[in-house]
Amino acid sequence: MYTFSYQKPSSVADAVATLTGDDDAKVVAGGMTLIPTLKQRLAQPSALVDLGSVPGLTGIRRDGDALVIGAMTTHATVAADATVRSALPALAALAGGIGDPAVRHRGTCGGSVANADPAADYPAAVVGLGGTVITDRREIAGDDFFTGLFETALEPGEIITALRFPIPKRAGYAKFRNPASRYAVVGVMVAETAAGIRVAVTGAGASVFRVAAMEQALGGTFSPAALDGIRIEADDLNTDLHASAEYRAHLVTVMARRAVEAAS
Amino acid sequence: MSKSTGIGASVKRVEDYRFLTGRGRYTDDMTRPGQCHAYIVRSPHAHARILSIDTAATLAAPGVLTVLTGADMVADNIGSLPCGWLIHSRDGTPMKEPKHLPIAADKVRHVGDQVAVVIAETLQQAKDAAELLDIDYEELPAVVSPGSVETAGTAVHDEAPDNVCYDWIWGDKDKTDAAFAQAAHVTTLDLVNTRLVPNAMEPRAAVGEYDPGMDEYTLTTTSQNPQLIRLLLCGFTMGLPEHKVRVVAPDVGGGFGSKIYHYAEEVIVVYAARRLKRPVKWTAERSESFLSDAHGRDHLTHVELAMDPDGLFLGMRVKTTANMGAYLSTFSSCIPTILYATLLSGQYKTPAIHAEVKAVFTNTVPVDAYRGAGRPEACYLIERIVDVAARELGIDRAELRRRNFIPPEMMPYDTPVGLQYDSGNFARNLEDALALIDYDGFPARRAESATRGKRRGIGFASYIEACGIAPSNVAGALGARAGLYDSAEVRFHPTGSVSVMVGVHSHGQGHETTFAQIVSERLGVPMEKIEIVHGDSAKTPFGMGTYGSRSLAVGGMAMMKAIDKVIAKSKKIAAHLLEASAEDIEQDGGVFRVAGTDRSVDIAAIAGAAYVPHNYPLDELEPGLDEQAFYDPKNFTFPNGTQICEVEVDPETGVVKIVRFAAVDDFGRVINPMIVEGQVHGGLVQGIGQALLEHAIYDEDSGQLLTGSFMDYAMPRADDVPDFEVKTNEVLCTTNALGVKGCGEAGTIGGAACVMNAVCDALDIGHMDMPASPERVWRVLRDSRPAMAAE
Ligand SMILES: Cc1cc2nc3c(=O)[nH]c(=O)nc-3n(C[C@H](O)[C@H](O)[C@H](O)COP(=O)(O)OP(=O)(O)OC[C@H]3O[C@@H](n4cnc5c(N)ncnc54)[C@H](O)[C@@H]3O)c2cc1C
Repeated sequence: MYTFSYQKPSSVADAVATLTGDDDAKVVAGGMTLIPTLKQRLAQPSALVDLGSVPGLTGIRRDGDALVIGAMTTHATVAADATVRSALPALAALAGGIGDPAVRHRGTCGGSVANADPAADYPAAVVGLGGTVITDRREIAGDDFFTGLFETALEPGEIITALRFPIPKRAGYAKFRNPASRYAVVGVMVAETAAGIRVAVTGAGASVFRVAAMEQALGGTFSPAALDGIRIEADDLNTDLHASAEYRAHLVTVMARRAVEAAS
Repeated sequence: MSKSTGIGASVKRVEDYRFLTGRGRYTDDMTRPGQCHAYIVRSPHAHARILSIDTAATLAAPGVLTVLTGADMVADNIGSLPCGWLIHSRDGTPMKEPKHLPIAADKVRHVGDQVAVVIAETLQQAKDAAELLDIDYEELPAVVSPGSVETAGTAVHDEAPDNVCYDWIWGDKDKTDAAFAQAAHVTTLDLVNTRLVPNAMEPRAAVGEYDPGMDEYTLTTTSQNPQLIRLLLCGFTMGLPEHKVRVVAPDVGGGFGSKIYHYAEEVIVVYAARRLKRPVKWTAERSESFLSDAHGRDHLTHVELAMDPDGLFLGMRVKTTANMGAYLSTFSSCIPTILYATLLSGQYKTPAIHAEVKAVFTNTVPVDAYRGAGRPEACYLIERIVDVAARELGIDRAELRRRNFIPPEMMPYDTPVGLQYDSGNFARNLEDALALIDYDGFPARRAESATRGKRRGIGFASYIEACGIAPSNVAGALGARAGLYDSAEVRFHPTGSVSVMVGVHSHGQGHETTFAQIVSERLGVPMEKIEIVHGDSAKTPFGMGTYGSRSLAVGGMAMMKAIDKVIAKSKKIAAHLLEASAEDIEQDGGVFRVAGTDRSVDIAAIAGAAYVPHNYPLDELEPGLDEQAFYDPKNFTFPNGTQICEVEVDPETGVVKIVRFAAVDDFGRVINPMIVEGQVHGGLVQGIGQALLEHAIYDEDSGQLLTGSFMDYAMPRADDVPDFEVKTNEVLCTTNALGVKGCGEAGTIGGAACVMNAVCDALDIGHMDMPASPERVWRVLRDSRPAMAAE
């Protein structure tokens, strides 16, 4: 680790002010991604702005037909939360399947979404459930938020404060875990929402994406069999030690079917 | 009724109190006054010439005390890290033994090779300063794949232009050829035994200290064998007299072989401590462990099995290429030879076996013993080809094994590959394992799995291993450059407690408990009054340490001999105190009685008399009750058993799940069933790890380790493994008085073979290479789809 200054702002506005005044300052949430990067000397921020004690960033509440989850809420909290488990069990399952217990008790939903790791689970929830990313200055539709590999629509210094998920009629998430890291090799969120069927795939490509053919088919009949025969192209998918693009393409269909089976 | 103490009792581990309460003392916990920190700069290249190293900016950085390079070591006559076993090629020439300097002086030969050491007041300063080091490399093409080293067009070492370290043969070729000439059926198989990274929980660490006043050195290090490290440090690398050097291996968090070897970092901290006259500490980061701990396995093998019409094995031929990596690690050369080819008979009465082993250098991390060391590789190929043969011949796999087992009546049995098995009832282990797993119920379970769309398979491994390499003179004739005895001192204290100093080392095995159980039973002293002392060359007699499941069979026997000496002397003292003749004294635990009378004295009183010798036969006996013994075994011991597992494969994803696992092991006499069971579980998990998850992968061109962290190198986790059903069948070892065989590696020896046999059965194929990871399994199924459709 290189040396950096440690900032502990007491409000979102304070945090934003620090970030705005210093291009090399970085937000730290659970630190599950950022701290290993620092330890390996792959990043050299001037300051870490710790959101840990900023009030108002944690917690889960029901807001009409939606759930609003504070950006600093940990995966373990989401997984265990009674409101989430009854209103959006697919999201509780997704959060409960992230990494390992240590990671789930430190890692946050805001951090996950901000980081936009191609293998992270939360992007599938944000896009698959038609969610919204709420920041210190605006609301960004999930569909517009993830712009590429580790890239988002966030402006420099912009802080995510919460995520909002409309409660779907039903939704299911199925994940094929990387046997080493436990990130998603492929993760598929399938949801029947007020605005129609959504199928979002994480892990397979550079960034989360929707599969129109599957959404259409499930719009006809919401059943696993409806997806039979729908193959997605391997061309733009990721290849790594654990899975080739071809295998990932195959897994997308398998996981989509399982997500439909799991949907409730 | 199960015993609550002594031999055979599941006594809770006495060491666990300190481990579970965070009071273990590991090397990295040591902080010495004036300590400074070493950061090792490692090669980013697989193969490159070091043209220059400019240290000026580094030396000027804050807190930096010195920068060490290979040139400094050469100038100070620091020696090469030695290899402890000399193998000769088939043409009689000795193996190629290139130099292995603790810091590379001319070339770097693998990613992670030591290039320079920055020592500073803090680790942070050392790391910061290391970034200022200006190293000019000339990159060279890398030799990566062990299968094509001879045509690689580049040499890892000038001494071995074709990159071959040795080309060794074993067994009777003519007899084997004759057996194949008569065969009714020959099964052949090509297989890869994958490279593994040991990944002990505690990363390696070392602290060097030098006392200029006394001219004395202390090395604290994460070692399985501190006395051996002292021998190598004194005799080879540092060139110091032993009486000035103390090597301590305190609590060590797992080794699995990777902490046997004399590593560069041990030399570096001792050398640096002398130069700086300050304690110097180094602790590996996990990514350094991946790049500097010796790896395991990495064989390419072609095997052929000749059989008669009934499936009786007539002969076996094995051709193996063994990857040594960039340098010869301490025991590397004997792993794919003496600890491998000698086990190729397995549990079977195959009359003729011939093996050819070519060991090669590549630009990869050195490879050496990893839990099982050579024997898992032997077991894997034997048990795999037996399954393939059964499939080809249409014989049930259990039945084919039964037909070929060496029966107990043939013990002691001389194998065609140089070993004499003393004991074992292989068929009984198999039958018991079949009963444990309910083999007869398998077809129904398979059918049930099929209703859920899953393919179920069952696989066996009937393994045998050779533990406690011995005797020393035979090992010496085979090329060992060290003895393989062990030692113990039993010090019975004046007021009745006992310290036992042993030459073996515990780093997870639980010796502090099991060894004390033996002392307790033999000397009638309660466990709380016994301490097993290990891991400090200043406290223990010279011993060879712990690996190869040798601790109890060799170290435990040395302790038995020392206990016997204590008993013999105690009898004489008792005779004096009881005014009887020593021949008439009977001993039962701690009580010494005149035979046929009720006159007795207990061992605490005897010790009291020995240390306060007022009423004592001073003209016949020395005072004190403190005995030492060395023990050199007559033979290896041969733990054996059968493991059976059942897997379920999800054909949609290729995921393999282990659903049942049974292991029946013959470890000879069991001292502590609970600890033995734990050793079996741990070993099996590592076998499962290799079969399904673990795989060290190098980039073929660049020689970069692609699986250099836990994000890519998949270690088995608790939810990857099933509940194990385990059982032991005690057939006492006939070549040591304890009757023990060893249990530390057994699980790993059969584990990978057992799982792969089950996977191949589930997939209905002859063979696939490890690991049976999801995509590979999915591809196998996809590529065999026409056959599946025809089913
Ligand atoms: C071993 C391991 C396994 C894992 N497995 C999974 C898995 O299976 N699935 C999965 O989805 N994830 C996985 N993760 C990731 C983990 O769950 C976290 O979600 C992730 O590390 C980011 O969350 P964090 O709170 O730790 O963020 P940090 O590491 O603190 O920050 C990450 C990045 O986001 C930025 N950031 C953080 N919070 C905000 C905010 N509120 N506004 C703006 N920017 C912000 C930071 O500046 C930084 O750039 C794993 C991580 C590890 C270490």
